[in-house]
This record gives sequence, C-alpha cells and structure tokens, in this order.
Amino acid sequence: MTGLQPPPICLRCYAVVAAVLAAVVASFVYLAIDYRALFTGESLRYMAKFIAEFFPPDLSSDFLAKTGWGALQTLAVSALGSLLAAAAGAVLALPASSRAGGWARQAARFVLNFLRSVPELVWAALMVLAAGIGPFAGALALALHTTGVLGRLFAESLENAPREPEQALTLQGAGAVAAFSYASLPLVLPQWVAYTLYRWEMNIRMAAVLGFVGGGGLGQLLYFHLSIFQQQQAMTVLMAMFVLVALVDFASARLRRGLGPAYA
Amino acid sequence: MNAAPALRDFRDPQARVRLVWTLAALALAWPMLQLAEFKPWALFTAGNLSVMGGFLAGFWPPATDAAFLAMLGKATLETLAMATAGTALAFVIAAPLAFITTRALSVSRIGPGPGRVRALAVRQAGRSLLMVLRAIPEIVWALLFVRALGLGPAAGVLALAITYGGMLGKVYAEVLESTDTRPARALLEAGSGRFAALFYGLLPNCAQELTSYTVYRWECAVRASVVMGFVGAGGLGQLMDQSMKMLNGGEASSILLVFLALVLLADALSNALRKLLA
Repeated sequence: MTGLQPPPICLRCYAVVAAVLAAVVASFVYLAIDYRALFTGESLRYMAKFIAEFFPPDLSSDFLAKTGWGALQTLAVSALGSLLAAAAGAVLALPASSRAGGWARQAARFVLNFLRSVPELVWAALMVLAAGIGPFAGALALALHTTGVLGRLFAESLENAPREPEQALTLQGAGAVAAFSYASLPLVLPQWVAYTLYRWEMNIRMAAVLGFVGGGGLGQLLYFHLSIFQQQQAMTVLMAMFVLVALVDFASARLRRGLGPAYA
Repeated sequence: MNAAPALRDFRDPQARVRLVWTLAALALAWPMLQLAEFKPWALFTAGNLSVMGGFLAGFWPPATDAAFLAMLGKATLETLAMATAGTALAFVIAAPLAFITTRALSVSRIGPGPGRVRALAVRQAGRSLLMVLRAIPEIVWALLFVRALGLGPAAGVLALAITYGGMLGKVYAEVLESTDTRPARALLEAGSGRFAALFYGLLPNCAQELTSYTVYRWECAVRASVVMGFVGAGGLGQLMDQSMKMLNGGEASSILLVFLALVLLADALSNALRKLLA
C-alpha cells in the first residue's frame, strides 16, 4: 500500500498569511498604540469609577416608560429602514443581476456600491437636513445604506439561481412579470428573507448609534443622558438595548432556521 | 388527490392566502409607520428641498488642493490602520470564543457521558459573553476606554475590537454549525481532538465563508471610523466631521470618494482571498 501523499506546499498561501500579519503589525506600529497604560492602577481606577457611576440603573416607573417608548421607536425605525431597503434592493437587484444587459448591470452595481460605501452616520447627517431631526431621518439613513448591501446580495442570489424554470414559463407564453414572479422569485425568496432578517438585526444596533445625530429612539436618549452625565439613566437605556438585541437575535434565529444560511 | 382542477382556471391557487397575509402585514405596519413618523412628503417641502439642494450643490467639484489631499492621505492611512488593528484584535477575541461555543465541535453532545452539564454551562457562558460584547454600542465602549487611554486611536481600536469580536464570534460559531458537520463528527467519534476536527473536518468546507465575512467586517470597521471621530481617534471620520460642520461640500465629496474606493478595494480583496481558498 502506497502511503498518502502529503499535499503540495502552497507558497501563495504562506505569502498571503505573511502579508496579512505584516499589515497588522504595521498598523499597530503606525498608530503607536501602547496598551500597557490600560493596566496601570490609576487608569483601572478611572475606568472602575466610570463604570460604578452607571449603577444602580434608574428604574423609576416614568423613566422606564420613557425608555420603553424609545425602544418601540428604535424597533420601528430599524424595521421600517430594513423594509424600505428590501423593497429598493429587490428593484435594483433586477438590473444588477445581468437581466437587462451589461450596461444596466454596471450602472446598477455602481449605484449599489455607492449607497453601501457612504457610512450610515453620514447618510443620517444628510437625511436630518432633508427630513428634519427625528426618527424618519434615521429610518431613511438606514434604508439608504442597507439598500446597497441587500441589493448586492439579492443580485448575487438571483445570479446563482437556476434560469430554467423561468425560461420554461417564458417559452410557454407567460409574460416577463409572471415568469419572474412564479419561477425565479420562489427560488430566491427564502434567501432574500433570511438576508433581510439578518440586516434587521444589525440595523437595530445601528439605529442606536444613529440617535447620536438626531435619529430618535434609544440612541437619542442614550446620547442625551450621557452628555449631561446622567449615567444611571444611560444604564437603563443600555439595558433596554441589550434586551432588544437579545429578543431580535432570538426571534430572527428562529425565523431564519430552515431558510438557509445568510451571512453578509 | 383532489379532483382534477378545471383546466380553464388560471387564477393563482394561493391568491386568498397571499391576500390575508398582505392585509395582516399592513395592519402590523401601520402603528410602526406612526412610531417612525413616516412622512415622505416632508422631503419635498420647498424649504427642505432648497436646503438640501444648496448643500448638495456645494459637493461639486471635489476638493483637490494639495494641502487637503495630503491631509486626506494621512487620514486614510490612519483609518486603514485602525480598521486593520481593530479587526485583528477582534479576531483574537472571536476565534477562541467561537471555538468554545460552537455546537459543531461539542464532544459531549455526541452521546450521554460525563461533563455534559458542565460543557453546556461553558457554551452558554461563552455565548452570553459574546452577547454582552456586541450588545453595547461601540461608542459606549469607546467612551469607557477614553477614561483610561485618553483621546486618540487606542481607545477607538479597543472599542472596535470588542464590539466586532462579539459579532465575529457569533457568526463564526453559526457558520461552523451551518456547514456540513458530518466530517467533524466522524473525526470526533473516532477519537480525534477538537482542534484536529476543526482543521480537518470543518475548515476545508467553510474557510471561504469565514474569510469573506472577516473581510466584510474589516470593511465595516473602515466605515465605523466615522463613529470613532466622536472620540477624537483621528482618521477619515474626524476629517468628515470637520468638513460637514464647516459645510465644505467639496471636501466631504472627496472623502466620500475615498470611502467608495476603500469599499471597492475590500470587495476585490474578498474575491481574491476566496479564489485562493477555493
């Protein structure tokens, strides 16, 4: 019996690993980060003092009611942003998946990349100008960025789906809309739903940050109380965020089970 | 089987079900729209349109004077370094926690045996830790570390590392569970160690997915530098903040172009790495 041959040595793999390590080391050197300061007694005392200021959380009933309202608003903002993004992403995914020719594909891809590359906070700053301070600006900002992400993912799943069912319907004389919605859409819809749920999870967290520039919800409460040094109230808001994230994680994991993997 | 449906009946057999679900979704969406103050017409009021138009008109042309470009180059380098350092630390946090918490590598789940309860407790503890790490927004972590490390990139990098460590750890564990786990299970049942089962049973299947998610997180970290501008960490975020506050649209659009280029770079990197691992 001839023994198993050892796999050939992959020089390019070693080169890539070395390049990544070099980039990481160069980053730390360039930023001149010194984490020894983190473990000196003095700074540990500062951090402990900062953390201690957060306790006990403010659990008075009217502040809890305010936090609950903020949590509902964050939930609504993130859900609305994700829904709008899913709709817009689906529309843009059609040309981006080379259904309408190469030129339309390039244009749609550029739009999607552009939407994705502008950070949510910048979109939020622009939307606050356009729609005024408030939750709607936050929802729009989330929607714009998420459209870029979802549109690309939707287009990729459309390209990966088999074309034969749609062609069969078209050859039978079905119109383009009917052929798409009864042949291709059912194939990709579970994946689209899974992607959208996944982004919704991320948008809940992002909605919290958007409050800092006037996007409403829990983030605005957090920013307000942190900036006037009311850490106990801020702790209540943080706990509400934690509960919200846990709930959505759990709910979307349950919904996504059986819909296929979606990591993007 | 039911009786053969009438041949001439072209209606969608599921039309009624779909209608009910659509109506239910609309009923659910209505209070949501109220809460989010959904007022698209506010976008088109004359006042808002002119403010927005005036602001956007300032975006053209992008600023290209040499002094600003030099600043932009330095900020881009800082942002890239922060994103790389943050993602590397996040990986250091995430990889061991994912290794502990993933069900795909659990020996005790294969059959009844000693240590079942303890293993479950360890997995649950690891998962809760990941949850705490990612549920607290990076800006709050940053504010905490600023107390210890002072204003600057160190606090920002640490904050990024902790939040992204929580997210990466969860996703790594889930990717490992969602791939075909039978090879790893066969190895574990034959008595191999957990490390061997990971490297020979799971990674060959899902290395591509893990890599592309990690690169995607790096791209998110580049964008998160805008958040880091809040704690004076420097980089593109702080530059953007200054330009927006001074209403200097030309500079803002140059910065946005850099963001676009970095995102395209991340895409190319991800594709190249996937090809290498295929």
